Amino acid sequence: MGRQQLEQGEGPGGADGFGPDADDTGCGILHVDMDAFFASVEVRNRPELRGRPVIVGGVGGRGVVSSASYEARRFGVHSAMPTVRARRLCPQAVFLPPDFEEYSTASRAVMAIFGEITPLVEPLSLDEAFLDVSGARRRLGSAAAVARLIRARVRDELRLTCSVGVAPTKFVAKLASGRAKPDGLLVVPADRVVEYLHRLPVSALWGVGERTAALLHRLGLATVADIAHTRPATLVAALGEAAGTHIHELSWGRDPRAVTPRVAEKSVGAETTFDTDVADPDVIRRAMLGLAGRCAARARRAGVVGRTVTIKVRFADFRTINRSRTLPAATDVAREMFETAWSLFTALATDEQVRLVGLRLEGLDTEGGAPRQLMLGEREHGWRDAERAMDAAAERFGSAAVRPASLLHPDTPTDRPGPTRPGS
Amino acid sequence: MKFRVERDALADAVAWTAKSLPNRPPVPVLAGVMLEVGDGRLTVSGFDYEVSSQVQVDVQADADGTVLVSGRLLAEITRALPAKPVDVATEGSRVEITCGSARFTLPTMPVEDYPTLPEMPRSAGRIDAGLFATAVAQVAVAAGRDETLPMITGVKLELERNTLTLLATDRYRAAMRELEWQPDEADTSLTALVPARTLSETARALGPLGGSVGVALSAAGAGEGMIGFTGGERRTTSRLLEGENYPPLRSIFPPEFVAHARVPAAALAEVVKRVALVAERNNPVRLSFSTDGLVVEAGATEDARASEALECEYSGDEMTTAFNPQYLLDGLGQLGKPIARLSFVDPMKPAVISGSTEDGEDDTSYKYLIMPVRFANQ
Repeated sequence: MGRQQLEQGEGPGGADGFGPDADDTGCGILHVDMDAFFASVEVRNRPELRGRPVIVGGVGGRGVVSSASYEARRFGVHSAMPTVRARRLCPQAVFLPPDFEEYSTASRAVMAIFGEITPLVEPLSLDEAFLDVSGARRRLGSAAAVARLIRARVRDELRLTCSVGVAPTKFVAKLASGRAKPDGLLVVPADRVVEYLHRLPVSALWGVGERTAALLHRLGLATVADIAHTRPATLVAALGEAAGTHIHELSWGRDPRAVTPRVAEKSVGAETTFDTDVADPDVIRRAMLGLAGRCAARARRAGVVGRTVTIKVRFADFRTINRSRTLPAATDVAREMFETAWSLFTALATDEQVRLVGLRLEGLDTEGGAPRQLMLGEREHGWRDAERAMDAAAERFGSAAVRPASLLHPDTPTDRPGPTRPGS
Repeated sequence: MKFRVERDALADAVAWTAKSLPNRPPVPVLAGVMLEVGDGRLTVSGFDYEVSSQVQVDVQADADGTVLVSGRLLAEITRALPAKPVDVATEGSRVEITCGSARFTLPTMPVEDYPTLPEMPRSAGRIDAGLFATAVAQVAVAAGRDETLPMITGVKLELERNTLTLLATDRYRAAMRELEWQPDEADTSLTALVPARTLSETARALGPLGGSVGVALSAAGAGEGMIGFTGGERRTTSRLLEGENYPPLRSIFPPEFVAHARVPAAALAEVVKRVALVAERNNPVRLSFSTDGLVVEAGATEDARASEALECEYSGDEMTTAFNPQYLLDGLGQLGKPIARLSFVDPMKPAVISGSTEDGEDDTSYKYLIMPVRFANQ
């Protein structure tokens, strides 16, 4: 980020032999990282923002920055910074509240492209993933060629940019993508991994944060090369068995972890922090309704149903409680999740100020695989179908297209009444 | 207080009152049963503010008086006593029970802390005790057990002229039984939602006594919100559940069907039990009907599977539907007829089980409705 590596094209690095055209023999792992993902999605959707500093984050008094465009990063704004501070650093920036539905839609599109390249995709978050492309050589070419293909497809099909690191291991691939940013490609050849790593500061190693780095500095260890040439026993004595061995292995580029396609999610959840603490049950009820909608939509998208609904309530004094109830049959219906969540909340019989509420669906099973006990009087086209129709509408027209009537806000222009409004 | 009583008479009386005692009483005295002697009779009472039970027994009374003792302990002791006359006497703050060479001393609880039992509501009519016990068992099986939804833990009684209808549901199945009773007034029209557990225990205890059961229910005035049952020297009262929003169960039973199957009830139950062994928790058994008969299956492609065929008279299009095996067994087990008649509208719509005889005499006084399970790719 702080580095001046903003040349266009395939990015920096050619001069020292690391870069887009380096020898990729023995490199099978890609780390693909979207550039300033949330901000980029916003800029893509609103071309008038192009070239301006864009900051996505909580706009309330307690918000933090989720994503900042590179224009904003020049002012020192970075993610996880309180929005209030970002405003001081870059008052001219466009501040936008996050639209997670939009980002997940974009993320799905990105992941879909990865999925067409190889089934060995390990998403780390909405905007980054490891890919093992060693099996794609015959079909699509070498790892670097695949990386170029991915970058081109993401650019052409999604009008977004990403940076790709190509290396023999996950750890080095991730380092490389970081060095390639933004909109770059960096190959670390297999026979030059050690050379590449050894020039880097110790903080480049996975698992070395500020505190560990400071500790290593006190031992006189500043670069990865220093670590590599320190006896493992010394490192273990300083950092403990696990961490000491781990960073020594990494310093020689040894990282045996395979790319593991994502294991099934164990739960889906969402939570919301109120801008100011609330005690009004109506406000909490609406928040729960919104959370239920988000959880249910996510469950349906992931094709899972769950039997246990858990709520989380954090009071003004940060006391946090969880309550859960297991349903007779698994569900992915927001209505059912909301009713359960709301009865759990009302059972608390509290009138205290609430800071945060969360809702989680647990005990997941794959939908379709899970038989569903029908309920008496359940209409053939009940809530479930209504909510599926909402999913389809949101897919086409955005998440504000259809939602429960009590979540409509008269001031928001997107909330005009439409022809489809199931559940009203 | 001092009296002598027959062992069986005492054991039955204590068992009747102790059945409704709470496991974890909010106040200790509610775990007690009260023994009261006067006019040559012993009255045994239990009450937990929800349900009250009382029974009178003839005894040989030497001294009148009242004591309150632990109901559970007294019930266990009386059940275990030898078949000999039992002597009960208070000794200070204790009560002594002697039977043959067995001797028990129990602590008593303060009688003055014990609540007064509620008045019996006004009598509404009478019903055959055995018939009532069967009917209640048939319907209570479908009642819910989820205490967070009190309404569905009840059995609904509809007393309309000389027809008594019992209804229950746990939202996944429903049962309805109609039978005749003798109302005190010809134009009776009353409804009550009675906790299923209390109703079952009461009907089960009164059934073997024979004779008739008195039903006491007031539409308004004294005893409102309460139902009472009497049989012989026994009476019980129960608080009613709030039933204003009880689902309209009658209208959930489909008026017409497109397919019917006739199959021996016991044989089908055996097959379902066997096949369900491979059905994991919450997984259904699948029933495929055709003119060739019925095939019952369970299990998924990668897991253990089972299937079994049995003869079945079937009229309708070929059809596969799936049910929770326990729901199916509950209904089949309560039919009380050799042949189960299964009626369908659609594989995804409620199915109704009723009884029939081998000669084809259909009996629709009992109907058990069951919601299917939607399984994969359906």
